[in-house]
Amino acid sequence: MLKIKDLHASVEGKGILKGINLEVGAGEVHAIMGPNGSGKSTLASVIAGNETYEVTAGDIFLDGESIEDFSPEERAHNGVFLSFQYPVEIPGVSVTNFMKTAINESRKAKGIEDMPAKDMLKLIREKSELLEIDRKFLSRSLNEGFSGGEKKRNEIFQMAMLEPKLAILDETDSGLDIDALRIVANGVNKLKSKDNAVVVITHYQRLLEYIVPDFVHVLYNGKIVKSGTKELAMELEEKGYDWIKQEAAV
Amino acid sequence: MAYTEQELKKELETKEYEYGFYTDIESDTFPIGLSEEIVIAISKKKNEPKWMTDWRVEAYRVWEKMKEPEWANVRYQKPDFQAISYYSAPKKADPNKKLEDVDPELLEMYKKLGISIDEQKKLQNVAVDIVVDSVSVATTFKKTLAEKGIIFMPISEAIQEYPELVRKYMGTVVPTTDNFYAALNSAVFTDGSFCYIPKGVRCPMELSTYFRINQAGTGQFERTLVVADEGSYVSYLEGCTAPSRDENQLHAAVVELIAMDDAEIKYSTVQNWFPGNKEGKGGVYNFVTKRAICEKNAKVSWTQVETGSAVTWKYPSCILKGDNSIGEFYSIAVTNNYQQADTGTKMIHLGKNTRSTIISKGISAGKSQNSYRGLVQVSSRADNARNFSQCDSLLMGNECGAHTFPYIEAKNKSAMIEHEATTSKIGEDQIFYCNQRGIDTEKAIALIVNGFSKEVLNKLPMEFAVEAQKLLEISLEGSVG
Repeated sequence: MLKIKDLHASVEGKGILKGINLEVGAGEVHAIMGPNGSGKSTLASVIAGNETYEVTAGDIFLDGESIEDFSPEERAHNGVFLSFQYPVEIPGVSVTNFMKTAINESRKAKGIEDMPAKDMLKLIREKSELLEIDRKFLSRSLNEGFSGGEKKRNEIFQMAMLEPKLAILDETDSGLDIDALRIVANGVNKLKSKDNAVVVITHYQRLLEYIVPDFVHVLYNGKIVKSGTKELAMELEEKGYDWIKQEAAV
Repeated sequence: MAYTEQELKKELETKEYEYGFYTDIESDTFPIGLSEEIVIAISKKKNEPKWMTDWRVEAYRVWEKMKEPEWANVRYQKPDFQAISYYSAPKKADPNKKLEDVDPELLEMYKKLGISIDEQKKLQNVAVDIVVDSVSVATTFKKTLAEKGIIFMPISEAIQEYPELVRKYMGTVVPTTDNFYAALNSAVFTDGSFCYIPKGVRCPMELSTYFRINQAGTGQFERTLVVADEGSYVSYLEGCTAPSRDENQLHAAVVELIAMDDAEIKYSTVQNWFPGNKEGKGGVYNFVTKRAICEKNAKVSWTQVETGSAVTWKYPSCILKGDNSIGEFYSIAVTNNYQQADTGTKMIHLGKNTRSTIISKGISAGKSQNSYRGLVQVSSRADNARNFSQCDSLLMGNECGAHTFPYIEAKNKSAMIEHEATTSKIGEDQIFYCNQRGIDTEKAIALIVNGFSKEVLNKLPMEFAVEAQKLLEISLEGSVG
């Protein structure tokens, strides 16, 4: 489904990604781990099409089609979803209104009429129950005054609403207590299917106890230096990242 | 077509030669220039009683000695007041003009705003062929009002039909001597609206809802007087969301509101005069004086959405004269390209237990400058006066400016005055967040701006709010590259 080929990206002339190769198939869960500053969040942003980063070489394919020239919204329309590490606040725009706009804009791009209000309400009810979200929460301004946990839960709620093909969860576990983590992870697990794929970006192994990956990749210094199965994540948890750094230095 | 000042001048110059100074005052357009004779001629043309003529002349004499104010944070080339014609007969619909003849760009904008074909035709001076509907609506409307004793008519008619009422109240809130533009307006105003709500009557409809378009052509020196007698209520809508490409460059209106004991007036404005083109050429100068007086337990709410005009100078104010009276000001001012706005309010607390609320939202884009200027004044005998002010500015891009000039004068120790101000910028991270959810940049900006303005938009009557929301989107279209 997702294929990344020799991807190089830089910001303000400074190279951050230095040749990423990655293939994610439908129905798979991949975890990308690595020490701070290794380029994990940059990779997520570049896949989503953030123009702050300049792609200097390589390409990204979604279902065999290069999305390199796609705008961020076109990528979203094609099923790419990014759960942000730091979701932004939009004062005065309710979660419901934001979701309504997002869904209808995607439909418009596909030439489909706006979703009828009745269906929208039903969808919202369904998905908020799935993520144990209080309905009052949905009329609050987007992320304004939300706790860290609420922000992340809201990200996953949006993922549930938009039903993406490819979901990238960037440090979704940071700032979550154990209960919130479980709710979020349960949500993601319920949304998983044989047709979609999930890329989990995390620093710690903790989240992977709940969202069990099929593959684990270690990103260091802009490159994937090691790939394996979930056991690799356990090893990292035990030994830290130093041995990876040493291996990479050799 | 955008009209530059040079072009206007040139045209007026040639007109002067065409007509000379003392031409027949019966003609539909007066010669350019302003003098006592012209003022008298306007009054005569309108068949006004002597007191009205005298009032105008007095205003003219005051104006003559006044100087155009320069304290506002706006820069523009001052209009040449002797190069303007101060009277022209209302335009009649051109029977040969069809909607197809109208600038398609303008029609596209109407479509976006959801303005009906009939209304579009009226706006463009196209004869309306299906008049039956609107006439019958207007008739029913007038009948309902008459049954309640409500007077709602052009001020020129009111001067003829209800001279005592008009004479009693006109100039009591905004005196002729108030300021340069108010004096000018008093001398030369051509028309406007008069509204009187009798004691204890609650006006059953939003006034001017149906007359919105009819009133759009009332011209550059509009005069409005709303009197709400004891215990009455009225909601009044002014302006039009449709883009008005008036060829008059200078607009100097005066609005006076009188809320007697226990009365309430809601006054909502949407202003969308031509703002000039992208290079800052042309556009309307909008210099407006709006003020309300509140007697005991009375309440006045000003709500405004200002998106048009090249230069805006406007401070809808409340004199809270009676004890327990309430003044509110809710404002959204949008400036784009080279627009300049200096707008805000004055809350003058004279009575005891008077309260005022100010919510001002300024949105600046392009190379525009947007200033909030507000005065909260508490007099020595206004015990327990309270004010809450909130001024938020939203910036788009790096070349625009937002300014806040809050003035506070409190002469009573029991006064409680709160002022909050924020300035924020639409961030790339906000836009990217929306983009990532499938919302393109234009739509994202509209969403963010609407969220920012929500507190004020919510104060507008429902149908107006929907149009105003669309108007905000259109005004800011293309403002982020």
